Amino acid sequence: MSETQEYVPNVIKAEEMDPKFKYEISKMPGAEKLMLCFQCGTCTADCPISRFNDFYRPRRIARMVQLGLKDRLLSDDALWLCSTCFTCVDHCPQNVEIAGIVRVLRNMIVKEKGVMPVVFKELASSLLKTGYVYIIPESRHKRREQRGLPPLPKPNLEDVKKIFEITGSSEMLEKTKTFEKVKS
Amino acid sequence: MSELKYLIFLGCVIPYRLASYEVSSRKVLKKLDVELVEMPEFNCCGFPMDPINHDLMLTLAARNLCLAEKQNLDILTLCNGCFSMLNETNKVLAEDKEIREKINGHLKEIGMEFKGTIKVKHLVHVLAEDVGFEKIKDAVKKPLTNLRVAQHGGCHIVRPAKHVNHGDDPENPTMLKNLIRLTGAECLDYMDETECCGNPIIGVNEEVPFQMAKEKLEHVRTVKAQALITVCPFCHMMYDLNQPRIERAFNEKFGIPVLHYTQLLGLAMGFPREELALNELRVKPTELLSQIQE
Repeated sequence: MSETQEYVPNVIKAEEMDPKFKYEISKMPGAEKLMLCFQCGTCTADCPISRFNDFYRPRRIARMVQLGLKDRLLSDDALWLCSTCFTCVDHCPQNVEIAGIVRVLRNMIVKEKGVMPVVFKELASSLLKTGYVYIIPESRHKRREQRGLPPLPKPNLEDVKKIFEITGSSEMLEKTKTFEKVKS
Repeated sequence: MSELKYLIFLGCVIPYRLASYEVSSRKVLKKLDVELVEMPEFNCCGFPMDPINHDLMLTLAARNLCLAEKQNLDILTLCNGCFSMLNETNKVLAEDKEIREKINGHLKEIGMEFKGTIKVKHLVHVLAEDVGFEKIKDAVKKPLTNLRVAQHGGCHIVRPAKHVNHGDDPENPTMLKNLIRLTGAECLDYMDETECCGNPIIGVNEEVPFQMAKEKLEHVRTVKAQALITVCPFCHMMYDLNQPRIERAFNEKFGIPVLHYTQLLGLAMGFPREELALNELRVKPTELLSQIQE
């Protein structure tokens, strides 16, 4: 057997493409203008994340959605690298909200693939428990009092819990698996 | 009697980590006759939940908007993230009937309804537009004419432009710069001023935000700014709290103090230093303070 591995180009196969995917995504708020993207690449040229990372490319994401490469997109960890600075949104000559499309895809990964970076699960759990996304230690409350700051507003945990339930987030939190970091 | 009255929305990060921003903001705003009313109840603005569930974010944000509507008060945020989510939700729910009805359906379950009767403003908008430059200028008792600083306003008080209608150009924002100039300090231009701090993704990847922040600090150092001025707790943590770690990661030495704008303004207004929580900054502004007469 030969030691050298055969080079297999990363070819997109026709059966990978879901022709309905672009319509599904275009219906979601924030992703309506998806089909207007003509691949000029302004979003990627101006993206601060793309400058320092080889995997996150907004233009590629838009094209992949247009082509219906759903499986590839939903298993692409790089989607979690968008810092939501909205530079792509403001610079797009076609008014495509790339950051909106990325948000729609992230939501979809959580819902359909049942995975999310662990940090979001931690923040959500804390929010559900305390109303704040960070658990504020008792010492901070005391320190506020000492320095004459008003007490922090109390959370309404019943309402927060209900909001989690109505939006399907409680179930999502229970079921979703997590991963640690995204490589760059 | 005060004419300017807002519901102050502190968010989560400020009470958790950055009391220095809250302390200095309350001091300065009070002196400028801005009355702050505490939120009667609170839940997170929704910003950290948007990536995992957009409807959860909208409903959490809308709940806070409803609380403000009940008091008939505009919201003032100190955090760019809170501003971004509350403002976006306020706009989207007012303009998009379909989304409004959906979210109001959720809110009905907790006995609330979004009506769209209040505005959401960030500290910078309140200072520049409502308090006004004249009033701030009059309040400056000790102009910081010795200081040369740079600013990093952050993304979410200007972007996306379709949601943030405060007249500041996202490509060349001047609101914070002009506010800094009121203190008597020189506000320097530097390369890539509008570049994002990267903090929103630090939970999933540290390398990229660290490189972004390192580059920012290099640009600030190049123009010999004595401090970097911020108005967002996320940006502040990126450049101040993380600065020693960035220095270690890249074998660099920056030593650039990062002040909240309200600390800078507070100094110019003549507040004693100890009242502005300057000692709580990670990068100590010792040299900077030695340039200012007490």
